[in-house]
Amino acid sequence: MSEEAQSAQGTGPRYDVVEIGMAVAVTAFGAVVVYGSLLAGIDWASDGPRAGFFPFYIGVFIVISGLIILVQAVMNRSQTMFASWSQLRQVTSVVVPATIYVAVIPTIGIYVSSVFLIALFMRWLGRYRWPMLLAVSVGVPLFTFIIFERWFLVPLPKGPLEDYLGY
Amino acid sequence: MEEIGHLFQGFQTVLEPYNILLMAIGVLLGVIIGVLPGLGGANGVAILLPLTFSMSPTSAIIMLTCIYWGALFGGAITSVLFNIPGEPWSVATTFDGYPMARKGQAAEALTAAFTSSFIGALFAVIIITLVAPQVARFALAFGPAEKFAVYFLAFCSFVGLSKEPPFKTIAAMMIGFALASIGLDMMTGQLRLTFGYTPLLSGVNFLIAVIGLFGIGEILLTMEEGLQFKGSAARIRARVVWQTWLEMPKYWATIIRSCFIGSWMGITPAGATPASFMSYGIAKRISKRGKHFGTGEVEGVIAPEVANNAAGTSALLPMLALGVPGSPTAAVLLGGLMIWGLQPGPMLFIEQKEFVWSLIASMYLGNLAGLIIVLTCVPLFAAILRIPFSIIAPVILVFCAIGAYSVNNSTFDVMLMMGFGVIGYLMKKCNYPMAPLVLAIVLGDKAEESFRQSILGSQGSLGVFFSNGLVGTIMTLGLIAAFWPLISRGLDVLRRGVAARA
Repeated sequence: MSEEAQSAQGTGPRYDVVEIGMAVAVTAFGAVVVYGSLLAGIDWASDGPRAGFFPFYIGVFIVISGLIILVQAVMNRSQTMFASWSQLRQVTSVVVPATIYVAVIPTIGIYVSSVFLIALFMRWLGRYRWPMLLAVSVGVPLFTFIIFERWFLVPLPKGPLEDYLGY
Repeated sequence: MEEIGHLFQGFQTVLEPYNILLMAIGVLLGVIIGVLPGLGGANGVAILLPLTFSMSPTSAIIMLTCIYWGALFGGAITSVLFNIPGEPWSVATTFDGYPMARKGQAAEALTAAFTSSFIGALFAVIIITLVAPQVARFALAFGPAEKFAVYFLAFCSFVGLSKEPPFKTIAAMMIGFALASIGLDMMTGQLRLTFGYTPLLSGVNFLIAVIGLFGIGEILLTMEEGLQFKGSAARIRARVVWQTWLEMPKYWATIIRSCFIGSWMGITPAGATPASFMSYGIAKRISKRGKHFGTGEVEGVIAPEVANNAAGTSALLPMLALGVPGSPTAAVLLGGLMIWGLQPGPMLFIEQKEFVWSLIASMYLGNLAGLIIVLTCVPLFAAILRIPFSIIAPVILVFCAIGAYSVNNSTFDVMLMMGFGVIGYLMKKCNYPMAPLVLAIVLGDKAEESFRQSILGSQGSLGVFFSNGLVGTIMTLGLIAAFWPLISRGLDVLRRGVAARA
């Protein structure tokens, strides 16, 4: 994407800030792996290296590469934008409903929550009329129900509605 | 010629009506997956893998590989008609494919793309048929040190050959290894890296990572770009197909060159994407009409399409013969083998002859079926692309969730998938490669096992990896591959120095 196209879309977080954040996260993850390996034991027992031996060095590698990426990112600061706020709003408009969807699956089951997810997207992003919206949002989960539960005999998470219907 | 006999037995198995049906379903699903944004070969296969748990391994692998062929074919459709590469490996196809469609030659471009894909794949399958059994026989003698050396070579090639910064490649790869080591340690029976958190006991399944990183991550990227499909409808008439086929032999040199580039890049885990770019670049430099590349040259469609399918197909060679997959999708298929209780690697050719040769036979027939299906069904696939993203996105999300759940019947996995999705988006934006991460999760346990067995034999000395000619050569090749960018820069400097003195 060209520079002008970016400025035309407004402002947003800078790329190098996100880059540094990612490098810090990578390093932190590596540190957790190193710590966890130390807990499991990284020395040799009578039957060979202990459980933490291999992951310990993996963790060390992660920390080293994370730090190098961090240094490189700090040295090469630039004004490039990561993404504009409006683009990020688009991304959030998927992440938030999807996270809620994933969180409610254990309680209300995957079929009912899927109906709500599809309906929400079609109404919110697509501005569909209700008949079309209902047809797709109920039709797709029903279709998956037939394919998975009936045809392939793969049980998926179910909730109170399915209990009520006797499945 | 014992292998020919096995191959024909394989054809017999594949030609059973049930398996032919699965093949057709697989190719159709695969093309749809290849056409839709957010669903690629790797996570398409990952989502559908749980459905195959109840099938016989042979039928299952036929269906799943056909999904892969379909996805390889499908990438070309969006590239040509909509200028949107459905898969990263079809980016190079847009350079000349889309201009051809703009000039009203969409049917020619598609026919050329599909036929080239078929030729590339066929070439790679023939290579697999001839080479894989020999490689497997050779690899039977491998001890743990040699096995580790092969993994080492595969991962080093990623560092040296990928276009992402080397330390990001290393970081991604090592994170994959770390995720693979979570849970029960197979050798000591001890728990590690779970921090007392029960859902982590069984570790992080690679399918969850694939579905999250490639599936959800891709949807988020598509949302950010605000994708709008604008494209022309296309129908392929038999006469156009015929004309294009008559024209294609003219480009035999490009086709053969691209076959070799693709197969080579596929066997080494460089993958289909760089293969297609390299093949396009070389064709542009060598071709007489190279100056016209980018304005709608058939040759510019043929070169990348031959190469990417040759690479995508030959990526299965190391997976079958050595147990080292050459691409993320091959990694998912390898994981499938393990789930069905088959041990990938050289022993497969001895213990599971029927399975291996049915798989190889299905590669021939699957690609043929793929060619026929894509040539006849283009209008259908183009219509799918006109379904608005506000419907496609939630439906793909639902399928990703179902796929993630059915791996272990665990709702924790579904949440993990969502987490991987956000991480995948950030990784892609910050230029971290995802393929090495996935490969490391799949191979982590085996790599660790062979590493620990090797140093157990040598009492902890790393010298075991250079203790004989074979293992030393593979390790050295690995080191060369890892430091290749530095080495080639060094050679350049030397060469320039010599030239300056002369």
